[in-house]
Amino acid sequence: MTKKILVYAECRDGRLRRVAFEALAAARLLAGEDGEVHAVLAGAGPAEAEALAARGADVVHAADDPALAVYTPEVYAAALSAAFCSLKPQALLLGHTAAGRELAPRLAAAFGAGHIADVTAVQAAHDGGEAVFTRPLYAGKAYERRRFAPGVPWVVTIRPNNMPPASPSEKQGTVQALAFEVPPLYTSVRSIVRRTSGQIDLAEADIVVSGGRGVRSAAGFEPLQQLAEALGGAVGASRAACDAGYCDYALQIGQTGKTVTPQLYIACGISGAIQHLAGMSGSRTIVAINKDPDAPIFGVADYGIVGDLFEVVPLLTSEFRKQRPSSAG
Amino acid sequence: MKTAVLLKQTFDTEEKIVFSNGTIAEENAKFVINPYDEYALEEALRLKEIHGGEVIAVTYGPERAEEALRTALALGADEAVLIEQDGQPEDSSLIAALLAATLQPMSPDLVLAGLFAVDSGSGSVALQAAERLGLPHASSAVKIEVVPADDPRLHEKALHPEADELTGAPNASLVYSERYALIERDVEGDSQHVAVPLPVLITAQQGLNEPRYPSLPGIMKAKRKPLKRVSAESIAQAASVSLAAARTERTELLPPAPRAAGRKLSGSAAEQAHELAGLLAQAGVVKAEP
Repeated sequence: MTKKILVYAECRDGRLRRVAFEALAAARLLAGEDGEVHAVLAGAGPAEAEALAARGADVVHAADDPALAVYTPEVYAAALSAAFCSLKPQALLLGHTAAGRELAPRLAAAFGAGHIADVTAVQAAHDGGEAVFTRPLYAGKAYERRRFAPGVPWVVTIRPNNMPPASPSEKQGTVQALAFEVPPLYTSVRSIVRRTSGQIDLAEADIVVSGGRGVRSAAGFEPLQQLAEALGGAVGASRAACDAGYCDYALQIGQTGKTVTPQLYIACGISGAIQHLAGMSGSRTIVAINKDPDAPIFGVADYGIVGDLFEVVPLLTSEFRKQRPSSAG
Repeated sequence: MKTAVLLKQTFDTEEKIVFSNGTIAEENAKFVINPYDEYALEEALRLKEIHGGEVIAVTYGPERAEEALRTALALGADEAVLIEQDGQPEDSSLIAALLAATLQPMSPDLVLAGLFAVDSGSGSVALQAAERLGLPHASSAVKIEVVPADDPRLHEKALHPEADELTGAPNASLVYSERYALIERDVEGDSQHVAVPLPVLITAQQGLNEPRYPSLPGIMKAKRKPLKRVSAESIAQAASVSLAAARTERTELLPPAPRAAGRKLSGSAAEQAHELAGLLAQAGVVKAEP
């Protein structure tokens, strides 16, 4: 039987998120070359549907309804549910994002499916074996591999930034309208306050510049912000910086807070408490800037600079601006 | 108002994870209430202080989890239920089924839980339980208020036309209730204000509140409060849940990949910055173009 895998192609502001393409690639891996990859697109335009069809989705199911204009879990779940019930795929894949994190468990329970969350690597089935999913425990202090019980549908959420996104495929997929019924609404959205507009999402950023207690004040994040801008990255923080009120908890990286796995993590004025190391030590390359040469952060850093972040960070910013004159701001 | 709080006992976040014989060693480890569940419990206690009612702490876990429930009782919960985990696998759908079966007869007005547990990190169980209970949910709350249906804020224009009118001339598509939770949610750094009718399940994000500490009188009083122990088998049997119905299983437990020792740069700050920029460019970590 041909394997069918369904992907929720999440958008932000009407544009496909990178994690949608990462999930698409994971879906192809699970479906195999002969399998079918389907994608659900909700509340986005034909250009996004075409982009999915050009990068590995065999069929794009585009849901279009005024109720999709503002995200609510019940309406989006209804669209995904309609696609799932008509296709009966082996698996539904979503990004482990704010939306994916709430849609996946609800849909898993509704479908009688298993849910494996926050997956960082997928091993597809071969030699008759079952697919196996790798995910962090204790925010990366350990990892586990999980598989689904035989005969149950799969719901998998993919952690952004850990798998290569789908590349353009030779075969162009098709786009069709997805019919679904808008359910009774529970959630009424009163307002949305955009505080991160134009900024790169921490979980999806390739480069994260993070500050700890060493930034000394809310204003102390300013040089970090400039370095992040020069690098096209996002700003994060340690729990100590959040607890001290220097920044919002939304930026916190650690066992409480977010686990990030960027290409480059620059820790500024962060000593490296075990709870913080848990959230960032999976990063590809780690740079630590700290006054204290004995700070534990140097134990996980690929490159360490012992020095004052207020001196070093602006110097780094100007170095990178020299390398990337086009992004000078 | 009856509030159920879903708690999980987890390793203290400062604990090192030690592997022994293919499992994580628990000897000598310090256990705490999952930090996100602490916010949920604190919020339940604060809402009880405003609206009255009772708070019931529910956990699924091994013997040692009773300690987390005792702490919840000492903090001010009125009752506690321990669903005894006895060899059942750690699978979110199975745990959600047991929790939902436990909550169903309680008919809580509010179910509060942490956004995720800091050990498994899935954030799946509470929302699967909401689905099984047929409850709406709001996730990642940083502010919660419970208001009656005539609260003027409910009658301000909603962002989506389907939900314009909550009362008065209710739109057919909107679910009506006597009471609503007004919730500010953290959505990847942005904040979204939503209204959801009770009964509802809400998950707590960091920043929701500042959890209290148990007081000595609280600890003394907790000893007399009811702590019910129920076996997973008896709940499963009563609710026709198959304990063999775990839908996922762990095949392997792995330590994180060790990191090779790095190197500290030297020279003046300017020299180090210059060298680092060069090394990162060379490693291809920093792209030449944005």
